[in-house]
Amino acid sequence: MPQIDEQSNETPLLKVENIHMSFGGVAALMGVSFEVKGGEIFSLIGPNGAGKTVMMNCINGLYRPQKGNISFDGKLISGLSPHQRAEMGISRTFQKIELFSGMTVLDNIRLGRHIHLKSGILSGSLYLGKTAREEIESRKFIEEEIIDLLEIEHIRNHVTGMLPYGMQKRVELARALALNPKILLLDEPLAGLNLEEVEDMARFILDINEEERWRVTCVLVEHDMGVVMDLSDRVMALSFGEKIAEGIPHEIQNHPDVIKAYLGEVEELYVTRR
Amino acid sequence: MSPADEKYYPGEIEITHDLTIPKLLLKNAEKFGERKVAIREKEFGVWIPFTWREHLENVKFLSLGLVSLGLKKGDKVVMIGDNRPEGLWAEMAAMCVGGIGVWLFQDCLMDEVQYIVDHSDSTFYFAEGQEEVDKALAIKHKCPKLTRVIWDDPKGMRNYDDPILIGLKEVQELGRELDREKPDLFEDLVNQGKGDDICLLFYTSGTTALPKGALLTHYNMLTMGQNLMRVDPSYESDDFVSYLPFAWIGEQMMSISCGLQVGFTINFPEEPETSQENVREIGPHVMFAPPRLYEQMTRTVQVKYLDAAWLKRKAYELAMKIGYHIADFKFEKKPIPWYWSLLKYLAYLWCHKKLRDHLGLSRVRNAYTGGAAMGPDHFRFFHAIGVNLKQIYGQTEIAGISVVHRNDDIKFDTVGKPIPDTEVRITEEGEIISKSPSVFQGYYKMDEETAKTLRDGWLHSGDTGFIDGDGHLVVFDRTKDIMILSDDSKSSPQFLEARLKFSPFLKDAWVIGDHKPYVTAVICIDYNTVGKWAEDHGIVYTSYPELSQLPEVYELVQKPVAEVNKTLPGPAKIRKFVNLYKELDADDDELTRTRKIRRTFVEERYKDIVNALYSDTDTIHMDTNITYEDGRVVKIRTDLRVAEVPV
Repeated sequence: MPQIDEQSNETPLLKVENIHMSFGGVAALMGVSFEVKGGEIFSLIGPNGAGKTVMMNCINGLYRPQKGNISFDGKLISGLSPHQRAEMGISRTFQKIELFSGMTVLDNIRLGRHIHLKSGILSGSLYLGKTAREEIESRKFIEEEIIDLLEIEHIRNHVTGMLPYGMQKRVELARALALNPKILLLDEPLAGLNLEEVEDMARFILDINEEERWRVTCVLVEHDMGVVMDLSDRVMALSFGEKIAEGIPHEIQNHPDVIKAYLGEVEELYVTRR
Repeated sequence: MSPADEKYYPGEIEITHDLTIPKLLLKNAEKFGERKVAIREKEFGVWIPFTWREHLENVKFLSLGLVSLGLKKGDKVVMIGDNRPEGLWAEMAAMCVGGIGVWLFQDCLMDEVQYIVDHSDSTFYFAEGQEEVDKALAIKHKCPKLTRVIWDDPKGMRNYDDPILIGLKEVQELGRELDREKPDLFEDLVNQGKGDDICLLFYTSGTTALPKGALLTHYNMLTMGQNLMRVDPSYESDDFVSYLPFAWIGEQMMSISCGLQVGFTINFPEEPETSQENVREIGPHVMFAPPRLYEQMTRTVQVKYLDAAWLKRKAYELAMKIGYHIADFKFEKKPIPWYWSLLKYLAYLWCHKKLRDHLGLSRVRNAYTGGAAMGPDHFRFFHAIGVNLKQIYGQTEIAGISVVHRNDDIKFDTVGKPIPDTEVRITEEGEIISKSPSVFQGYYKMDEETAKTLRDGWLHSGDTGFIDGDGHLVVFDRTKDIMILSDDSKSSPQFLEARLKFSPFLKDAWVIGDHKPYVTAVICIDYNTVGKWAEDHGIVYTSYPELSQLPEVYELVQKPVAEVNKTLPGPAKIRKFVNLYKELDADDDELTRTRKIRRTFVEERYKDIVNALYSDTDTIHMDTNITYEDGRVVKIRTDLRVAEVPV
């Protein structure tokens, strides 16, 4: 098990210990451990099938690993359900867009905020002082913090399914932010975007990470190496369910095992294309 | 042609040589105070109002802040950014202390920004946000006179620490401090202003050469607004939406010269992308836009119509038939028989009302178009749906406008009659010249140009035109653009282009034919509408260049060309055309920022295409470089097809 002890005096925001996860006979993750410090952008890279998305699903509770512990903010969360983890401030986007395509952009974003709304049916229908205040606050948050930041004013009333792919990706991010998360799991936020959209999205991720208002820690799964290396504070490489390297972008870029893992994939791709 | 006899409008103020725009602002703030909304901005999804008192306070503290940063009378203040209250406050603040406002188009490239900042000797630079600040920082070492860059949108600004930068709020704070020290200073400074002081240095787009800076005084601006409102009064209860660039004189004339005189409410959209939606929410009473915006509206309607279900299409067709009939009564100045009035009302109920609402024209009393030629078909369309669309003619050098249509006297091939106090004449060479209290003071640091344009108080426009039997001014075209056809007759390329653009599939057209054996056209298809049409017809394409060269698209384009040809005399008919592989773009210098074609430039740039149009080849091989805004250069290799139009 690799050791991470340079800054062991800081408590990590997210601590993943010795995760084992297999589906029948297929071992997707084998003893992976890592720590994410508060405020950083931490990237997971690796060839297809390396177990990156499985890792994300383990962190946010969609999967229950057979072995290993995950703690968040100093608390063990391995036994919690996804919505309980969401309440603690773990939010995510999906590789394949998982929006409600028949609803408007605004409704989708509001849904991300739902978990923070405490009013029940009764007070909601009477719309008493507290409920009204809660709703006004929620509206203010969505409009001033999210829609303005992600520049989606012009589509707020559009039906999500009718939007171009790049815009839908942005709405996904907006919904994830509506949770007001402490940590944001971004599963391939740049996949399928054109150059301009990639630049916009990269800028938004940086804003969310750096802007005083947000300061959200990000865990990023991404194939676009240029962006990963530019944005990340630290990078971890996975291959066939095992961690092969971890370090600052420059180290990972030149790591012989990482190069081998990726080269292997290129050859394989070449074979399948023929 | 002598000035019209409209004398006063209700609520008219007296404009003296002592009155300035800031004095008017002060007066309005006193008159309306907290009672009335001066400006409204849509932000975070809601309309946020500012009363006249709040408006004035923002201007006042910003103004004093500029004073404490060292702004002096006569200093130039350059402004760039989208239409927003902060932009208006900056302009007003500069004027209040005797400064001179200079507006840049928000999409100006670095070179243009540098040229204007440097040429105007600007000392202050108002930027909206990061993008505009970046431009300023990139040019500051080449413009040594620049002392401060002021920004107002904090987004993305967290890592900027250049000492030249300062936030607008911070400047206002400085102003507040100064106000505490010297409470009378602001009013003193405003009172020192005179009507004949320069208030705006307005750079004209220039289809041929470098931009020229026209100097305008408070008196110029105010008299122009007054004379326009003597024809079409505005009221203090009116709403106006300011979404066209402030660097366009038309926007200044509505927001500043008319707005301040009657005190109507100016509304700013949330983002440029939402402006159409925001216009609809406000439903303005007055509107002034260049033809391309109205063209865009008709295009939208035509495309939606093609998309609609059968019943809706039939309902629209019938309503439009009635509408066009009514419009023709109006154009021919015939009374409308009662049964047609009834039909008109019914058509309004089932179609026109909703159409106007969607276009944001439900309350519009006067809609003006100006700045370029507009096709008669567009004109008839708007009158058919009951929108009182009128032509305006004028130029920056006359503070906006000099000629306008009257309500009961609209002819779509003319631009109307002069506004009061304005004389328009035609010289022996056919040039349109005008004289009014609004004629500008000259070009900044360009005496030679000034002497050419301003002779004995007469403004020489460089446009050719004539006055028709009804006393209306007809603008033929820019004098230098007029084509001499094969039979030595004269024709206006702008007119042909405007006609072509009535087709929703054509975004731009460039007509060639001066001293040529026949007339030809270079067409830029509209990517959205043609793309949608292709998808509906199962035609595949990957990019604009590919789509533009498809044989089906050529057929599609040929139809409107042939249609226009039917109405033209023999030598003026368009014989050949080419679909260009890209849209004409102001960033490539092919258009001015107000989207007029820079003919000399495109003729040089596309000389291969022009040559091919006048030879026997039917394909043109293009091998060119395109420079993107970020400096990347992309090579484009493509073959263009020359199509002949059967005559």
